[in-house]
Amino acid sequence: MNPALQGLITIIVGVGGCVAYFYFSNQFLDKVLFPARGPHAGRNINRANAIRPWLFLFPAVFALGLYLAYPVFETLRLSLTDRSAGGAFVGLDNYAQMFGEDKFWEAVVNNLMWLLIVPAAATAFGLLAAQLTDRIKWGNIAKSLIFMPMAISFVGAAVIFKLIYDARPEDVAQIGVLNAVYLQLGGESPITWLTVPFWNNFFLMIVLIWIQTGFAMVILSAALRGIPEETVEAAIVDGANPFQIFFKIKIPQIAGTIVVVWTTITIVVLKVFDIVFAMTNGQWETQVLANYMYDKLFRANDWGVGSASAMIIMLMVTPILVWNVYNARKEMR
Amino acid sequence: MDNIAGRKSSLTWAVHISVAALVLLWIFPTLGLLVSSFRTTDQIRTSGWWAAMFPAVQNETLRTANPDDTRVDLGEGRYMVDGNLFVVDGQVDSAEEVAAEISVWGTSSRQIDAYTAGDTADLGDGETLTVQSNGDYVWEGNDEQISGRGQRVFVTAESPPEFTLDNYRNVLFDPGNREGMTKAFLNTLTVTIPATIIPILIAAFAAYALAWMEFPGRALLVAAVVALLVVPLQLALIPLLSLHNAIGIGKGYLGVWLAHTGFGLPLAIYLLRNYMVGLPREVIENARVDGATEFQIFTKIILPLSFPALASFAIFQFLWTWNDLLVAMVFLIDASGETTVMTRQIVELMGTRGGDWEILATSAFVSIAVPLVVFFTMQRYLVRGLLAGSVK
Repeated sequence: MNPALQGLITIIVGVGGCVAYFYFSNQFLDKVLFPARGPHAGRNINRANAIRPWLFLFPAVFALGLYLAYPVFETLRLSLTDRSAGGAFVGLDNYAQMFGEDKFWEAVVNNLMWLLIVPAAATAFGLLAAQLTDRIKWGNIAKSLIFMPMAISFVGAAVIFKLIYDARPEDVAQIGVLNAVYLQLGGESPITWLTVPFWNNFFLMIVLIWIQTGFAMVILSAALRGIPEETVEAAIVDGANPFQIFFKIKIPQIAGTIVVVWTTITIVVLKVFDIVFAMTNGQWETQVLANYMYDKLFRANDWGVGSASAMIIMLMVTPILVWNVYNARKEMR
Repeated sequence: MDNIAGRKSSLTWAVHISVAALVLLWIFPTLGLLVSSFRTTDQIRTSGWWAAMFPAVQNETLRTANPDDTRVDLGEGRYMVDGNLFVVDGQVDSAEEVAAEISVWGTSSRQIDAYTAGDTADLGDGETLTVQSNGDYVWEGNDEQISGRGQRVFVTAESPPEFTLDNYRNVLFDPGNREGMTKAFLNTLTVTIPATIIPILIAAFAAYALAWMEFPGRALLVAAVVALLVVPLQLALIPLLSLHNAIGIGKGYLGVWLAHTGFGLPLAIYLLRNYMVGLPREVIENARVDGATEFQIFTKIILPLSFPALASFAIFQFLWTWNDLLVAMVFLIDASGETTVMTRQIVELMGTRGGDWEILATSAFVSIAVPLVVFFTMQRYLVRGLLAGSVK
């Protein structure tokens, strides 16, 4: 069957099915199970109202449970078993094997570097862009252009930056901007930037910083506009210069939002996969956890170690998860 | 804000320049890809894309026509050959040279800029050569001078910037091109549309229940949704692939639609619930008093009022599913490769056609174009969604 047709049918079946489910389950509840008439009308209405939320929630709870909650536990289980031994329980053997691999530690160290640099750089650039664009007339156009990389896929960004890092033999014209500039500034010979260990990590990070800065800018710009004007006015009257106003008046007032932006980008960084997969595939010491996991799961077919590394990612996300839940609950009260 | 109390910030110019620099820095990479996708293979190989904006200056060694065949007897022992340097064997060398313009030329490799266009060079003993800027030349001399091979001419020619649509024709509309993007484009579309619409519907009902219905365990469910927001989908790959295989879905569209639905739901529920909680309580309570059922309240009041939030999420989910690589690789693309999506195809091209930037740039831009259009037309909703979606 033509996939486009199949897609159309799925939309109709999916959407129609959802609507039908919600409509008929409600009808059934109101008309058949607990009709709001007869001797027990009052009791029936209460019962129907107690059940109805669960009718509304059922598909979502089912999908969330199956696609996100269940895998956490199943992955934990898989990380403690050995697939080649028929799924026998092996305790922490997979973890022990993983901790013994150089590639794993390389991935951990690289991931930590990503965690330190990308959120910091993206937030800093975002803050700078937000503060500057709020003060000029064409700020909205500028914002829109800095925000644009958000729409570009990691793979598309990988192609874009590979062109920038491109290296040609010494005797022909360089078509990569970086090498062209490097030779112009007196570099000896073109460098294949992505194969220079250690520093190539930074060339990969630049891609993600380029994408995430727009996000940081949009959120921080809204926060900056929310700052009460009296505080800034008072500072000006007291003779503060623009830098003092920015660092001593504005930054402290948007500290909460900065934390939010920082943690959101941190989560993106922890899951970063496409950029490394497309640009270096973890070669030349650029491995990260998500790509290490993909290697183990689908190339080495080692579900035990693959699941163990997935659990490491989960472990690193957990503090943020707890913090978010804590804040959300505080807000609801 | 900084201009109050009659003070005009002295930094205005610095601000304008810094923002301009920042914007340039940010669009420069994308611009490079866009420009490259409109250049020919030769152009990409010989110069950086930034050179495409300016006329290309090239040094070439050309030769006049062979005098033994073409010389014209002027009488008194003098002969002449005329023609155009860019015409070789009666054929124009290439299309770009028709528009090329010679600025300087010379007859010796040691001094290729000896004469400017239009000059007549004295080659000694009465032999002369005149070269015009469009390549027309007149070569005169005696019998001995105008014979043998054609005279070598070193020219410095300037061709105007030139762009081509051939790359797009090749990547999108050439049915014989096995690496074309047409199939992958349609596949991506097939993945994206159901994977955007279905979670919205499911999430809208759940969000309404979480926002406006009283039941035990509600706070717990909201907390669970917030928690699931950050659970890495990497954890779900193996368990769900096994599950899909076990229940007979295997790798295919159905699997990837379900997976995207599951992974998109936390954000959808979170965004929609936050929005719906803010709707005016009176409207909903009035409707309840007037005897509307919950189902009617939802479809007639809540859904239309929540349109901005629905649009926000739809854009997010669309961008996310369109740009996704990992989920498609795990749940959709099988060994046959028939169901490949654009992101996957581009990664493959990077491996097999790493140096062929005209193909890579064009393919990448085909996949980037749709999200960019969505981004620029619906930016308002995207920003609103971002502001509501980051956990405050």
